[in-house]
Amino acid sequence: MTLKKDVLDPQGKVVQNTLANLGMSLKNIRQGKYFEIELEETDHGKAEKIIKQMCEKLLVNLIIEDYRINKL
Amino acid sequence: MKTSVIVFPGSNCDRDVAVALKKMQFKNQMVWHKETSLPKTDLIVIPGGFSYGDYLRSGAVAGKSKIIDEVIKAAKNGCLVLGICNGFQILTETGLLKGTLLRNKNLKFINRDVNIKVINNETKFTSKYKLNEILKINIAHNEGNYFTDKDHLRELKNEGLIAFKYCDKKGITNEQSNPNGSLENIAGIFNSKKNILGMMPHPERMIDNHISNTDGVNLFSSLLN
Repeated sequence: MTLKKDVLDPQGKVVQNTLANLGMSLKNIRQGKYFEIELEETDHGKAEKIIKQMCEKLLVNLIIEDYRINKL
Repeated sequence: MKTSVIVFPGSNCDRDVAVALKKMQFKNQMVWHKETSLPKTDLIVIPGGFSYGDYLRSGAVAGKSKIIDEVIKAAKNGCLVLGICNGFQILTETGLLKGTLLRNKNLKFINRDVNIKVINNETKFTSKYKLNEILKINIAHNEGNYFTDKDHLRELKNEGLIAFKYCDKKGITNEQSNPNGSLENIAGIFNSKKNILGMMPHPERMIDNHISNTDGVNLFSSLLN
């Protein structure tokens, strides 16, 4: 989960400036959150549906945040 | 007039609000978040604090608690709802108020008295104030930076749904008088029916000259009318 592109990410900005101060060149950085979720469900499609529901009901604030689901 | 103050683990302004309500002659009852029904009530107050330690996002967990379903039902039936500070954050998480409160622009917890201006005094919450009246009210928050989309911002402006804006002593609203980076200096908003008010400043801390001032009194006396 990261803040949407048009939402100011002050923490990301501070990290970006600090990395730049350390002499590491970068274009842009966005700070986000990460959840590792284990499910009983073994069907990939169904599992993704469940996770999507979790994201939209609680984990993500859709007004300001985007999310991506990755299988580990 | 009957009031209910909802209490979550981590609420810390619940007692302050209760003291203010009592002083202003409201008949108040505290309601624990695990309750599944509300007492008969004309005004629900969601107080400030750090419900659930601000885990996930401020207000996110409280926004899904059992009592909140009842609050949503009551609000939709026209019951007055006041959310202060964390209460405002909780109201945005429930969807009763649109938009959200981001981390303060300077990334610091801000606790100080600031000036705010009354933008709409034709509501049940603000009728005792004068239009553009400048108040001095305490703020104490880490996530008070109000954000919403362009369409909703337009609605807020066109429908008179902005309650208060941060300003300076003279009432000027600009970047210098904006403590937390809020969109257009917004400090408090109403829902479209104006029966719900969410605000970051703490009016319940401004009811007594011995400890602060009395700039918060008129919010409560407006509600008594």
